[in-house]
Amino acid sequence: MTALLRSRYAVGIGFLVAAVLLFAVAPALLTTFRLGLLGKYLCYAMVAVGIGLAWGRGGMLTLGQGVFFGIGAYLMAMHLKLADAGPGGVPDFMALISSDGVPGWWEPFRSGAVTIVAILVLPTLLATLLGLATFRRRVRGAYFAILSQALAAAFAILLIGNPTATGGSTGLNNFKGFFGFSLRDPANRQMLYFIAAGVLLLMVFVAWRLMVSRFGELLVACRDAEERVRFLGYDPATIKTVAFAVAGMMAGIGGALFVPIVGIISPNDVGVVPSIGLLIGVAIGGRTTLAGPVLGAIAVAWAETTLSEQFPSGWTYAQGLLFMLVVAFLPGGLASLVSWRRRRSDTADPTAGADPEPAPAEVLAPAEGRTT
Amino acid sequence: MNKDYLELSGLTVSFDGFVAVDGVDLTVLQGDLRFLIGPNGAGKTTLIDAVSGLVSATGRAEFAGEDLLGRKVHQIARRGVGRTFQTATVFEELSVLQNLDIAAGAGRSPWTLLRKRSGVPEAVTEAMETVGLADLRDTKAGILAHGQKQWLEIGMLLVQDARLLMLDEPVAGMSAEEKDETGRLLRRICVDRTVVVVEHDMDFMRSFAKSVTVLHAGKVLSEGTVAEVQADPKVQEVYLGPGQHSAEEAAIVLGEGV
Amino acid sequence: MDILVTQVFNGLSVGSILLLAALGLALTFGQMGVINMAHGEFMMAGAYTAYVCQQVLGDAGLSLLVSLPVSFVVGGLLGVLLEVTLLRRMYHRPLDTLLVTWGVSLILQQLARDLFGTAGVDVPAPGWLSGPVEILGFSFPRSRLFILVLAIVAVVAVTLLLKLTPLGRRIRATVQNRQLAESAGISTRRTDMLTFFLGSGLAGVAGVALTLMGSISSNLGTSYIVDAFLVVIIGGIGQIKGAVIAAFVLGVAQSWIEYSTSASIAKVIVFALVVAFLQFRPQGIFQVRTRSLV
Ligand SMILES: Nc1ncnc2c1ncn2[C@@H]1O[C@H](COP(=O)(O)OP(=O)(O)O)[C@@H](O)[C@H]1O
Ligand SMILES: [Mg+2]
Repeated sequence: MTALLRSRYAVGIGFLVAAVLLFAVAPALLTTFRLGLLGKYLCYAMVAVGIGLAWGRGGMLTLGQGVFFGIGAYLMAMHLKLADAGPGGVPDFMALISSDGVPGWWEPFRSGAVTIVAILVLPTLLATLLGLATFRRRVRGAYFAILSQALAAAFAILLIGNPTATGGSTGLNNFKGFFGFSLRDPANRQMLYFIAAGVLLLMVFVAWRLMVSRFGELLVACRDAEERVRFLGYDPATIKTVAFAVAGMMAGIGGALFVPIVGIISPNDVGVVPSIGLLIGVAIGGRTTLAGPVLGAIAVAWAETTLSEQFPSGWTYAQGLLFMLVVAFLPGGLASLVSWRRRRSDTADPTAGADPEPAPAEVLAPAEGRTT
Repeated sequence: MNKDYLELSGLTVSFDGFVAVDGVDLTVLQGDLRFLIGPNGAGKTTLIDAVSGLVSATGRAEFAGEDLLGRKVHQIARRGVGRTFQTATVFEELSVLQNLDIAAGAGRSPWTLLRKRSGVPEAVTEAMETVGLADLRDTKAGILAHGQKQWLEIGMLLVQDARLLMLDEPVAGMSAEEKDETGRLLRRICVDRTVVVVEHDMDFMRSFAKSVTVLHAGKVLSEGTVAEVQADPKVQEVYLGPGQHSAEEAAIVLGEGV
Repeated sequence: MDILVTQVFNGLSVGSILLLAALGLALTFGQMGVINMAHGEFMMAGAYTAYVCQQVLGDAGLSLLVSLPVSFVVGGLLGVLLEVTLLRRMYHRPLDTLLVTWGVSLILQQLARDLFGTAGVDVPAPGWLSGPVEILGFSFPRSRLFILVLAIVAVVAVTLLLKLTPLGRRIRATVQNRQLAESAGISTRRTDMLTFFLGSGLAGVAGVALTLMGSISSNLGTSYIVDAFLVVIIGGIGQIKGAVIAAFVLGVAQSWIEYSTSASIAKVIVFALVVAFLQFRPQGIFQVRTRSLV
């Protein structure tokens, strides 16, 4: 069995097991409500896949994934509200607080196709712009982290400050249909779960191909010695931006699916706090690995639901402790325990793409000092 | 004459008023193996930094007829200029093969980059043989010995297809045999390339240099063959002048005859 | 004209708070590269300390004066505790300190909620700080002037400390070259600890100032931490004078943009301006030149 796990088919088997669990076991065991919760966790896991790529492999500590998640989510929510209101109609919450009708920039999202394109393009575009603006000027490490956090803060404030257009701090909720299907029908809700599961698997597949590609090796090289990469004739800014844009796109898609599954999106889901919250699962699972971020994100989201149901303030303590203990004492996440055991019972596996060691974070100056 | 040569004229680098490289004129032809020596702080590393785009400089720096100054580091690298650093810098988390493969790939199309490597590029295999790391192909670069890391760096320059190689103290910390090995390697690869080596090790210089430039306080002090340079009174003065160098060191630099 | 003066004063007032918050960060971030996300919660701790002082002492004026040093010590001790238990082992991966200290900040916030409740508490200002004061026909709130003065005093004190005291010299030496400082016989461990005490203590003082601005609650820190970090980034790592300029520029810009647009757009514009600024000076207004492979 362990031999099988270690073989070159390991990833394929992993995918197979995941597919069986997601598509057969979970629907059979869980109620519609629980399945919906799992669907929500899967949306977080999508963001986590992107974070694993950007942070774990690329060393870009992004504290603003909530922004991309939020853009995807709000776009979807706008479309759903407009669709619920019918052709030319005004969404219910808007009619309540103002009589100005639908703002002009909402109008395009009456079209489902435009919305889907926007969900795929806008978060990616914003991530690309931010990536180029920072990485090209060699703004990185802590600077980048803080900028991404400032973006999350500004985004949340922007949402709260414009209640007529975004629903303010309540956000958008109470959706009735999803592209013509009623969201009240359990069968449709199950379908949504299946869509989320399929999309997640696809994302993990994409992340895997990227990791084992030459691009993936280059990304790790940029993480560990960005300047050296430059002297080989590459522009690290491009490489990092691509990874960051992919992460942004994944977060946007996760957000878009989150809306019909959960039924609400508000600034509470996208601001500074939730943005960092998305990182803890990745850290616990193992930031540099393929499966770690996904499993970590799902486990943390599950723990959050369970714990905060029972002890409202307990979860915050738990989350704080997890951040402290995992990052300080187990930077490779749980995955590092697994591969450590594996490594003891076996000589190092040279083909193992995933490495549990954490990125040597560079903040101010790079690690490599030069003496005269 | 082959036009793959390095030509610096009036190259000047200053840091907030402190002039580290001061109007250096230097021409290194293809096939040459030029050693750049000089006391600590003479500006040798800074000169390499300027040519490779790490620090900004004034004057002219041309390689193969193309102006290098003012370009970005990666653009200069793509014009066939490669360098190593005083402390070996390789990608420690990646294997020897992966390191070399990355070095070989600056010109790859996005499509190739996004796919997995299938097979080992010929240049990479060759370079592994040349620098003697073929057996360590799948070893992580981080656990290589110091000398092996430096060889790996040279190998990376080779697959990078650098036509101008600038090596900053490549044999520091190597054993005598490793030094010889490296020297012979340099002799081999300089045949169709332009090679500049910064080195403190004078035995090494005497054994392998084809020509030498002495830098002092940012200026070129002397230039010529090893023997010519050693005989130059200005060089003797710098190395023997008060407070500059110990007698032993001067003896090493200038040869036993002093 | 009226508006101009009011807006500039508002900006300076916002700036002085940012400065108080950022001053400590400039020390800890600048010196050790540690990104202390719990800095905001140290401010919160300072604010609650002021609250407790007032509950105990009763007199608003006396308790304000007492709480300044007490909050300094409370903040400082929290900082030392953090440094000694967690951060000390993490200097080689500074980016990770961000997440660890974030965990600390979550815990401190929840602790505050459990101890003092979720509703905000008020710390009334003493009589001599309430109401406006007339200068040249303009009226300025006394409490805000007090904060401005406090910020200036703090900057002067820190600057003198860095310039004139042995501790200051050790700190500067360690900032510039940790290894060299070590080999010159400076105990960087002790220096780090003291720097952290000082930086976190300043957060405590900033917290006291914030009690003059309105009621305090557990999320007091979160609302300032992001802007405070931006100040440090714009100012340039480890640069007090940079932080001063950045804080006031950011403060004035923010209140001016807020005035001419709206609070929610202002944040986005300021963010865009910061990114644009970094295009020209990626290392902030003042940069420490180091020679390294970058
Ligand atoms: N980034 C820099 N800022 C200020 N001074 C520098 C910088 N880089 C190099 N120098 C100075 O330039 C001089 C030349 O240094 P370098 O080129 O490293 O000498 P070497 O010949 O030993 O390699 C030294 O005095 C060094 O201190
Ligand atoms: Mg040197």
